[in-house]
Amino acid sequence: MSEFRYGGDATKKRPGPGAGGLKVWHEYVFTFDNPKGPHEEFWQHTLGCRQWFKLKRNTATNEILGGGA
Amino acid sequence: MSFRRLTSGGRLDRDKSVKFRFNGKRLKGLSGDTLASALLANDRLLVGRSFKYHRPRGIVGAGVEEPNALFTIGKDGTEQVNVIGTCLELTENLRAKSQNAWPALSFDLRAVNQLFAPIFGAGFYYKTFMGPRLKSWMFYEPHIRHAAGLGKTGTQGTAARHNTRNAFSDVLIIGSGPAGLAAALALAGTGVSVTLAEQDFELGGSILSSQNENLLAWREATLATLNRAENLRLLTRATVQGLFDGNQAIIAIGGTMVESLRARTIIFATGAVERPLVFDDNDLPGVMLASALRTYANRFALLPSKRCIIATNNDSAYETAFDLVTLGATVMIADERNGIAGELLAKSASLGVVVFAGSSIAAVAGKRRIEAVMLGGPHHVRLSCDLLGMSGGWSPLVHLTSQVGSKPQFNPSVQAFVPGPLATGHYVAGACNGSFGTLAAINTGQAQASAVLAALGKKAINKTDVPPLEADRGLAILPSVSPSKSRFAFVDFQNDVTAKDIAQARDEGYTNIEHLKRYTTLGMGTDQGKTSNINALAMLANLRDVPISQVGTTTFRPPFTPLTVGAIVGRSLGQHFRPTRRSPLHDWHEQNGATMIDAGLWKRAWYYNWAGKTPHEAYLKEMELVRHNVGLSDVSTLGKIDVQGKDAAEFLNRVYVNGFAKLAVGRARYGVMLNDDGLVLDDGTTSRISETKFYMTTTTAQAGEVMSWLEYLLQCHWPDLDVHVTSLTDEWGGMALSGPNARQVLERAFPEEDLSDSALPYMAVKDIEYEKVPIRILRLSFSGELGYEIHCPANFTQGLWEHVLKMGASAGLKPYGLEALASLRIEKGHVAGLELDHRNSLDDLGLGKMASSKKSFVGDTLRMREDMMAPERWSLVGLELLEPGKKLRGGAILFAAKDEIKGHGRGYITSVTWSTDLQIYVALGLYQGGLAHENEEIIAAFPLKNEKVRLRIVSPHFIDREGTRLNA
Repeated sequence: MSEFRYGGDATKKRPGPGAGGLKVWHEYVFTFDNPKGPHEEFWQHTLGCRQWFKLKRNTATNEILGGGA
Repeated sequence: MSFRRLTSGGRLDRDKSVKFRFNGKRLKGLSGDTLASALLANDRLLVGRSFKYHRPRGIVGAGVEEPNALFTIGKDGTEQVNVIGTCLELTENLRAKSQNAWPALSFDLRAVNQLFAPIFGAGFYYKTFMGPRLKSWMFYEPHIRHAAGLGKTGTQGTAARHNTRNAFSDVLIIGSGPAGLAAALALAGTGVSVTLAEQDFELGGSILSSQNENLLAWREATLATLNRAENLRLLTRATVQGLFDGNQAIIAIGGTMVESLRARTIIFATGAVERPLVFDDNDLPGVMLASALRTYANRFALLPSKRCIIATNNDSAYETAFDLVTLGATVMIADERNGIAGELLAKSASLGVVVFAGSSIAAVAGKRRIEAVMLGGPHHVRLSCDLLGMSGGWSPLVHLTSQVGSKPQFNPSVQAFVPGPLATGHYVAGACNGSFGTLAAINTGQAQASAVLAALGKKAINKTDVPPLEADRGLAILPSVSPSKSRFAFVDFQNDVTAKDIAQARDEGYTNIEHLKRYTTLGMGTDQGKTSNINALAMLANLRDVPISQVGTTTFRPPFTPLTVGAIVGRSLGQHFRPTRRSPLHDWHEQNGATMIDAGLWKRAWYYNWAGKTPHEAYLKEMELVRHNVGLSDVSTLGKIDVQGKDAAEFLNRVYVNGFAKLAVGRARYGVMLNDDGLVLDDGTTSRISETKFYMTTTTAQAGEVMSWLEYLLQCHWPDLDVHVTSLTDEWGGMALSGPNARQVLERAFPEEDLSDSALPYMAVKDIEYEKVPIRILRLSFSGELGYEIHCPANFTQGLWEHVLKMGASAGLKPYGLEALASLRIEKGHVAGLELDHRNSLDDLGLGKMASSKKSFVGDTLRMREDMMAPERWSLVGLELLEPGKKLRGGAILFAAKDEIKGHGRGYITSVTWSTDLQIYVALGLYQGGLAHENEEIIAAFPLKNEKVRLRIVSPHFIDREGTRLNA
């Protein structure tokens, strides 16, 4: 149990409903970069206001670098 | 006697005698003693046996570095293991036991392991017991584990009550030596909040081991100032066990409190520990760190009785020698170096300390304690002695900086690893940074405090007093070349790793330090290589002929010193281990004969005593009640989500595989949703309350996950949809009224409403009000019988439940529990949590036909992946037991009739029940190829109980395939 939950890479663009074929969705769901350093991610304030938001985080130091666009 | 206790001096209260027991023997120490110093005062040099060879071992250090003196503390089943005797404050009636000794400390049967040392080298266990056949390890492991014996925790758990707390601080100073105290002094009264954490029971660090009056006076004056300052929190017996993200420090305080401290900035003033020298039999009791001898003399008034030899490769050991001589001991120094500083030699001569230059320790003599040393080098003499102090240089305690990602860097001038580049807000002072010497510690402590103030936007206001001290000496350290062939020259005392083991590991190709660590176990265990690490690295560097900086270090992991599980767990014990969720009907269940069962976080009614005393007896009766009359069950735990908005229908149409856009107001529909990867996420029933308002139910298990998923899609990806979702799981309760007579009971409960089949057909929903309470009636069936779910706000759920029961009493209505609920759905062939294991496709569950081809939905693309379409996937089947009198078990492995019973089989049984309708055991399972094998006879094996039964694959719908009952 923790206050926030991680929700994955926020730099990827989700294909629209009905758009994109097998390849596009495969890329979106299964292939990820594993950057060391600043990264933009989805997080949810699960045990709080339930808001999903974008967060910039340094994956090497866990430093919070601010909100995402 | 190796030590004698002085009649004055030390930080002891001689008026307060403290009684304690060691291995059952009654002994006495003084207030101010550690367990270790009290044992030395009682001439207990031998305190344990070594881990692998069961060699006699004595106390080596005087602080956190101690590798040997680990004890089991406590009695009567509440024993705590691996307590470091050099850190444990002696308390009245303390009971300590040695570890690793069997049957007794002075007579250890397993000491014969020493005779077999040639075969017990590095990797011995792997090579001998593991392969080639795994079975041999299975056989030997219990014996090896017993022999190894890392102490035995008490079976009764702890008697202590553990607590956890949170705290916040602008500055955390770790360590209260000269660097930590100077930093705290510079921060006193500045208005920033400061926490000073010291693992010892006294503040002062290395100052406590000093006899320098000026320094001790400075400590007193500093403490007086610190105690007055309101912005400082001084914690003793407080060990920073680990540092985590966001500057979270986990501090164990006094054994029963764990504090999670969030600090803006951290000053690491953790100091350094002395390293042993590596020579043959350097583990003999009486061979100790030189700095430990100094601590025992100055702080605990324990002086070597006869003659003490100090072996060193650097200048720092001279301080020990001079202090001991001043107190009245006889001391000789064996110095590996030739070019010894003139003033040290002069001072030695004036104090009567004989110095053997260019001399190392060639051998030591003595059986259970040291009796003499033989010098190597130009002076071939045998010197009798009762103690040997060794100094191989100093290792900064870089554990905590390393934990937060600062890779240690080698500093050749001090022959030690110091913290590498630090994160923002981290500062390191004193010996921890390789700045050895008291003045250097005080100066860097002050300087770092000023840096912290600047970073926090405050002005430095204190000019700290510095005690009048002689200038610091450098270490002038000569890197020691350790023997590489010696069988009993120990590098890691705690793990019994010798110089020879390291050479052997290197010969076998384990040249990477991480591999060496795992192959030899060097640096593992409770001390995490505090004394052994650098010696091993130097040795490996030497063998590989590369600089030590190229060898690198292994990773230091929390906890810094042994920590009890109790301290970590705190009050999260038993039922407080995780939250408990209770249905609004919980109290009613408990008062009316329900036996409760845990289902995830929920407490649910398992069965009721009206139906029987055992679950097996009861669930069959409850099932019969539902199949032939009518029963009432608590379904409040189902996930309930209110979906509203102009685009609600479009939203549901996107998340469910089947269509929801055209669902009529007042109707409900069973829906299945997928993850993006095309695998089934959850199922449930969603009904349309109005054009823009839907009421979704989810499975109990996935309620939280589904809610979060819907929020994610709406907030992150489809913000253009005008939809709001709100969880009603806790706000609303619900009950399922099921059985052929359900309508009759419902009509009696709500006589004002038209609840006939035409007014409320199967899969219809109706909102009513009864005594001003909003009630939602959904005609659904989980059991396969005519059924209704009745939902209402949680506050009214018990009243409604009692009302329905009362109205149904004459018909014979009674409650039924989770076991019957689950069994009824198995007979009906409804999938639930046991089948929905996040690895199934729609087709695997027989739900492929639900997928709409007219619209797009989440997961529609990736569910068409090649592997997901393979005909041999494990798919849902029904199973009938063919051998009456035998049992079916959930989890049994399925095999084709011709298969050898071996391995993972072709599937497994997910759910089993006795079918009251068919009078046989039936089950649901996942089987390779699924219903393509319908009517085949297969085998279910349950190897744990050595069972094997014959089954037939059938349709998963065991009863009423046409659905006439639920449409009645």
